[in-house]
This record gives sequence, C-alpha cells and structure tokens, in this order.
Amino acid sequence: MIQVEHLTKTYRVSRREGGLLQAIKALGRRETDAVRALDDISLTIADGEIVGYIGPNGAGKSSTIKILSGILVPDAGVCRVNGRVPWKERKRHVAEIGVVFGQRTQLWWDVPVADSFALLRDIYRVDEAHYRRNVEELTELLDLGQLLRTPARQLSLGQRMRCEIAASLLHDPKVLFLDEPTIGLDAVSKLAVRSFIKARNQSHGTTVLLTTHDMQDIAALAERIVLIGRGKILMDGTFADVRAVDPSAESLDALAASLYRHYGM
Amino acid sequence: MRAYLSFFRMRLINGLQYRTAAYAGIFTQFFWGFMEIQLYGAFYRENPDNFPMALPHLVSYIWLRQALLRLLDTWTMEQEMLDMILSGNVAYELCRPTSLYGMWFARHAAQRLSATALRCWPILLVAALLPDPWGLRLPPSLGAAGAAALSLTLSLGVVTAYTLIVYFSCFFTLSAEGTRAVLMPLIGLMSGELIPLPFMPDGLSRVLSCLPFAAITNAPLRIYSGDLAGTAAAQTLLLQAFWLAALVLLGRWMQGRGMRRLCVQGG
Repeated sequence: MIQVEHLTKTYRVSRREGGLLQAIKALGRRETDAVRALDDISLTIADGEIVGYIGPNGAGKSSTIKILSGILVPDAGVCRVNGRVPWKERKRHVAEIGVVFGQRTQLWWDVPVADSFALLRDIYRVDEAHYRRNVEELTELLDLGQLLRTPARQLSLGQRMRCEIAASLLHDPKVLFLDEPTIGLDAVSKLAVRSFIKARNQSHGTTVLLTTHDMQDIAALAERIVLIGRGKILMDGTFADVRAVDPSAESLDALAASLYRHYGM
Repeated sequence: MRAYLSFFRMRLINGLQYRTAAYAGIFTQFFWGFMEIQLYGAFYRENPDNFPMALPHLVSYIWLRQALLRLLDTWTMEQEMLDMILSGNVAYELCRPTSLYGMWFARHAAQRLSATALRCWPILLVAALLPDPWGLRLPPSLGAAGAAALSLTLSLGVVTAYTLIVYFSCFFTLSAEGTRAVLMPLIGLMSGELIPLPFMPDGLSRVLSCLPFAAITNAPLRIYSGDLAGTAAAQTLLLQAFWLAALVLLGRWMQGRGMRRLCVQGG
C-alpha cells in the first residue's frame, strides 16, 4: 500500500538571458527561481494495483517516483510505502521495491548481463536457489536466453530494457516503480514489456506505478490513471474517464493532447 | 560482506576485459622502474655519502611502487563512478539496500586490488631475479614483513577514502576535472609516488611525512625495506590509522551534505 499526503518538492533553477554580458554578470550574482515540481500531492495506491501516472514533460512524474523510491527528500508532506517512510528507513524500504528508470542503466557496461545480476543477488542478499528460480522465470517470460551472456553495451535498447526490468525484479519486490520503461523501444519490444508487466502483476500481485508518455502503454496496462500537471494531481480515474474527455479523438496521442488541453496545459 | 566480495569479483571480471591495457601497463611499469633505478644509481655512484636512503632500500622501494602502482596511485579515478554522479545514474545506487559509502568504498578498493592482482606478478618476479644491488629483496625480518602488510592494508584504505572525497567533490562542483588537475601532481609528490620523501629537503620531508598523503605510498614501501623500523615504523602505522579514520569521516560527511543538495536531474 502506498500512501502519499501533501507531498511538496521545490527545485531551484538558475536563470539568465543568453549572451556574454549576461554570463559575466552571472559570475557575480546568480539569479535562481524556485520551481515547484510537486505541489501538495496526495494519492493512495492499494496493493496489486497498476496505476498509470501521466502528464506532460516536467509535470512532476519522475520527482514523485524518486521520492517514493527514497532517492529524493521532499520539502513537505509524508508518504508511506508498506508503512515505511522511504527517505527515513531507506535501506529497509528499498529492499522491498524495484525501480526501473527507462533513461538510465543499472547494468555494468562491459561485462555480461549475468554478472550484473549476480552482483544484485549479493547486494539484495537473495539466496542462491531462490535467485536461480527467479532468473529462470524471468528468462522465460522476457526471453532473455543469450542476452544474459552478452555484455550490456552490445545489447539493443529493447534487449537492454528487458534485462533492466529483470534486474529490478531479482529480489521479488512487492512494489515496482517504472519510470518510462518503454521510451525509445520498437513496437515488438513495447508489446513484450507491456505483456510482461501485466503478467507479473497478475501472477505475483506486484503493485505497479508506471509513468509514460505512450498512451498505448496506459490503454493496455492501467486500470487506474492519475494525471499530473504543474505539480498537482488533476485527474484520478479510469481509461473510460480519459476517453470521455474527447470521445471523437482519432488516436490515443490525440486523446492525450485533448486531455492536456482540457486541463489547461 | 557478501555484497562487498561480490564487488571485488565484479571488478576482477571487469578488469580482465581489458587485456591489452594490462599488458601495456606491465611493460611500461617495468621499463619505467628500470630507468629510474639507473638514474638513482648514477647519483649514488657519484656520492654515496650524500644519499638519504640505502641503495637496496631505494631499489626495493621503486620496484614495489612499480608493481603496486595501481593499488596506491593517487590519480586513478573510475570514470564510471564520476559519470554516475554527473549523469544521474547514481539514482540506481541510491535504491540499493546498502550504505552508499560502504558500497563505493568496497567498489573502489576492489578496483585497485583487482587491477593490481592482474599486473603485479610479472614485475615482482622479474625484479626479484635481478642481481644485487638492482633487484627487489625480501624484507629484513618477519616483523618488517608483517608491519609492511599491515601498512599496505592501511594505505589501500587511505587512498580509497581519498579518492572517494574527490568523487564527492562532484556533488558540489559538477566536475572533478578541476580538482584532479590541481591536486594530481601535487599529491603525487606528497605521497612519495614521484620521489621517495627522504630525497626532499629535510624540513619539507618531515612536514610531508605527517600528512595523509605520506600514508599512501611512503609508509608501506619504506617499512617493507626496513628504511623505517622499530619506533619509527610503529609511529607511521599509527599515523596511517589516524588518517584513515579522518578521511573516512570527512568523506561520509561530504556524502551526507552532497546527498541533501542532490537533485537527480532530467528524465
């Protein structure tokens, strides 16, 4: 169970006009603006739910995930994941969650993926028999096979993302945070990732919070959709609710655009 | 503990990927050591009385330094680790159930150990076979050998803690290049990596011996050959332990501060 109450996070962004003169001025005094990435966010996610977290770039999706996974500390507000405050009990919290950042990598670049997995096994203290079983299961479902014996740098993005997802599930997390897991993937890989997430949720009851810009991910996966914009939660409903905003939208992307427009973004 | 051992294994596997670098390193280090010994030998023949270390002590010092270069040098940085902080991949490190400092300490120490384990043997072997006075000799006593082993362990700790401090400076400056460029030659000099500290002017050498950098190369290599023995060796070991504790505390403090300022940007 994930409970988020009144979460607020502000970043400082340094700003100036372009140009040499302005650059010289900035040597002396630098102007910074406060940008409110999260503004009083409250949200509850029950065990076993798949929640699609959508919103335009810069809406605050990744900030929410980073706070929930114990990486960032919010300015105000509380959240509990399975009863723990992520940034206060970081180690025990992270042992029970899995995180995938679609734009980053957790695999060691020059060595076979299997070696990265073995390291994660030891970091998370997964016992050998259990680890073997998990690798076997993940290999079958994500079609990893030869990939485990290949250095990460020689994998295609789609292959690597399947390995990244497997890597974050080696320790059987109860909660899985996916930050743009399908970004840059081809159609086949996207379908594979989606069907895997769905299957994992059904077989293991894993709670999934997923951010994406791909409305097809949302349509295929999420029973519940939370829309965030300018740091606030604007809508919390089902895909039918989203559809109702613009029933005549020709494509899912057009629907998303209508949705953002509808909420003034 | 298992996670730390696993890091070591990972680094070893990773290090084995770069075979050519290892061969080239062995050759360069051997050649460099050989030339340097010839140079010091010329000075020694000119005026043995004015030589601050016994020649066999110096020769052992140089061969050991060449063999253990990757263990003790103050300029090895793992580009991967710097990139991790700068690119935001550090996000992944933060969602592991281990202490970040402990994990990075193990990881970096493992890198040094594994790189050395791959390279030191040929140099040690050849240096040991060279005739007197140009070869590497065993320490004068079992006690000296034990003290040198302890000292070398402390050295690895000190140099690892120092390197982590340079990494953590990235949290504040966005680039470690500056810190590295300014510090590298200076610290190489102060650690005894370039020239053994006894060859420095008297007062300077005494001051440098007390600094943390002398706890890196200077201490174990001089204890090994017996150049530092008895009370002097014991004092050096204590000083090393002190600097290890001080640098670890400083590093942890910087990490704590850095993490609070941290915003994992982009994406």
